[in-house]
Amino acid sequence: MGRKLLLAHENVPGIDRLDVYRAHGGYASVEKALKSMKPEDVVEEVKKSGLRGRGGAGFPTGLKWSFLAKPEGVPRYLVCNADESEPGTFKDRYLMEKIPHSLIEGMIVSSYALGSNTSYIYIRGEYFYVSRILEKAIQEAYEAGWLGKNILGTDYSLDLYVQVGAGAYICGEETALIESLEGKRGNPRIKPPFPAVAGLWGCPTVVNNVETIAAVAPIINMGGEEYAKIGIGKSTGTKLISASGHINKPGVYEIELGLPVEEFIYSDQYCGGIRNGKKLKAVVAGGSSVPILPADLILKTAKGEPRLMTYESLFDGGFQSGTMLGSGGFIVMDEDTSIVKNLWNFTRFYHHESCGQCSPCREGTGWMEKILHKFLEGTANLSDIDLLWDIQSKIEGKTICPLGDAAAWPVASAIRHFKQEFEEIAKSKKFKDVSHYERLHKPAMA
Amino acid sequence: MGAQIHGTLEFNAEKRKDIRFSEEALKEIEKIKSRYPQGKQKSALIPVLHIAQAENDGWLSPEVMDYVASLLNIQPIEVFEVASFYTMFNLKPVGKCVIEVCRTSSCWLLGAEDIIKYIEKKLGIKEGQTTPDGMFTLKTVECLGSCGTAPVMQVGASYHENLTFEKVDKILDKYRAEGRRRNYTDLDYENTK
Repeated sequence: MGRKLLLAHENVPGIDRLDVYRAHGGYASVEKALKSMKPEDVVEEVKKSGLRGRGGAGFPTGLKWSFLAKPEGVPRYLVCNADESEPGTFKDRYLMEKIPHSLIEGMIVSSYALGSNTSYIYIRGEYFYVSRILEKAIQEAYEAGWLGKNILGTDYSLDLYVQVGAGAYICGEETALIESLEGKRGNPRIKPPFPAVAGLWGCPTVVNNVETIAAVAPIINMGGEEYAKIGIGKSTGTKLISASGHINKPGVYEIELGLPVEEFIYSDQYCGGIRNGKKLKAVVAGGSSVPILPADLILKTAKGEPRLMTYESLFDGGFQSGTMLGSGGFIVMDEDTSIVKNLWNFTRFYHHESCGQCSPCREGTGWMEKILHKFLEGTANLSDIDLLWDIQSKIEGKTICPLGDAAAWPVASAIRHFKQEFEEIAKSKKFKDVSHYERLHKPAMA
Repeated sequence: MGAQIHGTLEFNAEKRKDIRFSEEALKEIEKIKSRYPQGKQKSALIPVLHIAQAENDGWLSPEVMDYVASLLNIQPIEVFEVASFYTMFNLKPVGKCVIEVCRTSSCWLLGAEDIIKYIEKKLGIKEGQTTPDGMFTLKTVECLGSCGTAPVMQVGASYHENLTFEKVDKILDKYRAEGRRRNYTDLDYENTK
């Protein structure tokens, strides 16, 4: 346990520079792929590795690549999704800031595999400073011949550009991202056609998350089969987890998939337990969109087995008692956290970020936010809990893109697992707010 | 709101003729346009709007949006519909430093509400307002991707993380003493952890 493939050199001084990155084995996968492998061999290795999309959906990357249409005379594009906006997720920012060349290396190998000669990294606008770091690294890579015409003297040429967004969660959805990259509002497209057939400027396009693309380099270096030996079952390899909330050691951790959740939360190697010796109340394991679970169900499945950090184990029990690995945005809440207020906070987020195309999402998220606000004001009734349930059930699965589901699931799971909290407020007509700043910061300063 | 801004009441086509971007900005815009295939220059719109905003005291006036349309050879409405969609574009004048405090999820769990109240009290303004001297505008924003170092605020290109009241004082006092405008496009970001 504890093998690192992406962050192995995270603490090496100057690892953001090409010479240092190179001295630690950087760009080896480009040499291997371009000099000794055909593009389809690279796709094959990625298939063998079992790598699944690290942005949240967990779709097998090799399979996604194999869907890419290859009509004669039409350019194909690889677009890196660096729009990281899922609340609780900050791993891509960390990786790009610390080791920018790891993304560039992955982009070169992946672009080669897909036959893309112009690729883009679409990064959220708030990460403007990270785009500067990437641009500097790209410049270094051009100067050293890793990008541009005839890379390593081969026939393969690649231009790589960074494109900044301007503040819109929805642009993390791949077709909204493509719209945004085309200079439009981030409105998700109706599918089909999928981007693999008609994506950027109508051309076949693959959109992959930062971490997914960075993982391609170690996969090529070690071989897909070796990579697949890490992890459990269909959860292969390592995963970056963004740990935040009421824990002693928030940060980005690279874990081997299969690590027990309990170890991740309480071990000093990772989160280091709950802050100020408090009890664990709930965890949102994969970014704000996935179902929230109470302490007992995040540590053990409903069957009583230890819950593991894998796609399958976290989903064990379905949405009745399970959740999802999602983006790996691991948000921990202690016993003093109000689940109702947390849900209001999430719902306000989805209301704010709904693009407005589909009425169930545009209207429903606003209704849910207003109803949840009634709980905070102490004016909600018991029937409002049923109303919330009803609204979320009418958003899920009824929208063009998954933002609707992402807005519905937190509501459904909070009511499913913490209904008592809603009932208490509705009955007593009182909501007792706490100042998280006071209770967390003041004792430490005293 | 948007339609009124771009309507006949406030828009002055004559004023557009006075819009001038710096040579540096125009050069950068040409560079950005070259990243896309022939005929796809509209793709440059969002990066160009960032530059335009920095060139125009931190906001996009109807005249500036019109000027951007002319630079990219697209219709003014194509610019406006994008400018009004993305939260980082300001359609009204703002202070020299726009303070954007994250209010979502982990930042809330670690005290962002109190940080926002503290800044409101310190500056004597409410969220969405600008100080009378035009130095600061206070905004709240959704998740900035800094959850492990929450609470966080962004000012221009810089991230200020692990905020406490004391850190807020130090950072805002520094900005006030320097008195200059901060843009997302600044190269000299100064993150504080």
